[in-house]
Amino acid sequence: MSAGTEHQPPGPIEETAEDLAAGGRRRRRRIDAFPYLLLIPATILTLVIVAWPLIETFRLSFTDARLGRESYVGVENYVDIFQDDFWEIMRRTFLWMGLGVTLKILMGLIGAVLLNAALPGRALFRVLIMPPWIVPIAIGVFMWSWMYNGQFGMISGLAQRFGLIDGPFEFLAYGTSAFLATVVTDVWVGTPLVALYLLAAMQSIPTELYEAAWTDGAGRWYRFRRITLPLIAPSIFTVALLSAIWTFNSFDIIWILTEGGPRGSTTTMIIDTYKTAISRFRFGEGAARAVMILVCLTAFAGVYLALMARTQRTDR
Amino acid sequence: MIHKYTLWEKIGLYSAIAVFLIFVLAPFAEAFMVSLRPIESVFRVPYQFFSDDMTFAAYVDMWSEVPGLARYIFNSFFIAACVTLLAIVCIIPAAYSFSRFDYRGRNSLLTAFLAINMVGAAVLIIPLYKLMFSLGLLNSYWSMILPGAAFTVPTGIFLMRSYFLRIPKELEEAAYVDGAGRLYTLWRVILPVALPGIVVVTITTFITAYAQQFLFALTFNGKDEYHPLTVGLYQFFGRERILWNQVMAASLVGTLPVLIVYVFLQKYIVAGLTAGAVKE
Repeated sequence: MSAGTEHQPPGPIEETAEDLAAGGRRRRRRIDAFPYLLLIPATILTLVIVAWPLIETFRLSFTDARLGRESYVGVENYVDIFQDDFWEIMRRTFLWMGLGVTLKILMGLIGAVLLNAALPGRALFRVLIMPPWIVPIAIGVFMWSWMYNGQFGMISGLAQRFGLIDGPFEFLAYGTSAFLATVVTDVWVGTPLVALYLLAAMQSIPTELYEAAWTDGAGRWYRFRRITLPLIAPSIFTVALLSAIWTFNSFDIIWILTEGGPRGSTTTMIIDTYKTAISRFRFGEGAARAVMILVCLTAFAGVYLALMARTQRTDR
Repeated sequence: MIHKYTLWEKIGLYSAIAVFLIFVLAPFAEAFMVSLRPIESVFRVPYQFFSDDMTFAAYVDMWSEVPGLARYIFNSFFIAACVTLLAIVCIIPAAYSFSRFDYRGRNSLLTAFLAINMVGAAVLIIPLYKLMFSLGLLNSYWSMILPGAAFTVPTGIFLMRSYFLRIPKELEEAAYVDGAGRLYTLWRVILPVALPGIVVVTITTFITAYAQQFLFALTFNGKDEYHPLTVGLYQFFGRERILWNQVMAASLVGTLPVLIVYVFLQKYIVAGLTAGAVKE
């Protein structure tokens, strides 16, 4: 089943079926428990593991909770946050996310174009591009942490051989290079899925459009710029937004590579929260930091859900 | 024809593909090369990609030198399988409900499930830790399975729903006319037809569950015998001297099964992934 058929407009037959079903439902108008009962397992799991912890995070953020004891402290935790280098961490988080998402979208777009080219070997390319998504993230990051090794790793080794650097360079030991190294690994993990999504969007474009433009003498670049890009723009936007949310929430990559170091130069809001709460067992302070993350996420989520609501309406 | 490329275009495209693949595959190639080296030549300057002392010794030695390696790999599979099972039990009825019935609050509920996708597990780590602590689930498989499943359910519901939407409603209506009950219809009429979709959702859930097991194990589990491969190997990172060749060998061995599954089923996985994601 190719993704292309998904995107064709609904035919008249389906619409009629939909109308009929809706009419049938309108006739028997009583509250029906069955659809609600079907939701029970998913709802219970979600309430316990996600909804309750969400509320609990807010409550804890006004306490000085440690393991086993807590008392109400008002907004003290929030006051404390802003006395620390919180703005710096927030700025760094958005820079990390912005850089990562931009590169993932760019690489993903290039990847999708290459995957979409009608060349022999395309199927193989499609298989070979996915491993970063398949392997456990942590294991992919183990490999990268060896790649970044200054003495024996591949990147420093090859750079020395080609005379780009004089001696061993320990990528994870210096602020800027560690920051960029974590971004590169994040891009490596995230690009395949972005490429795949954008490829699906490209393949949903009717080929007649290209053929018409081609008959009119439009070149390949022109066709990409005037047909492909405008038509996949909504998909690019959706994917960028989703990718931004995932990147914002990213924990494994930074934790394994640097644990937020050296000297805090890769500490994002997530890493900062984790360190405060789990490494130092300061649940209250950690919760206040988590709330700040949730505030940021709510902004993203608002945009995303508004977008969803719009596409769902056009689905009907 | 429209798809005809000139020679230069072909050279350009293939070189771009080559560069792309080098970026994607270099860590795997390097990991494989490291796994083939004796530990003395892993730590050798200057850097060499190929060398003449390659051996598979690490693949043999690791089973004795990394105690519990077999157990870690088993745990990884066991946890991912349990997560998948639990998730599927939640996903299928919920997706069916969202795709087939019209009721008060349906859209808000669906939106609420989607909103969960926005919240990363790490944000909720504090109350989750407290929850696991008070339920007495710290240091158990459950502390990794329960949250693992909860965070894969929303995507699964979404994907599964798009499969159910494609099944014509007449199928159920015919069953109802014949006097079949609704649960019976779901079980005996709809599920068999939706089987391809269920398989895709199951596989993608499994791969996700296998790929994302790090945070919960790192935070909620201190018992070595319950650790998945990722955290099991991560423990070695604090040591003075990491046996990189064996760590890499173990990483590759632990990843190979999912890679093989992916290679054989990639057509379905790709279709499933993209069907849910881009359209909606």
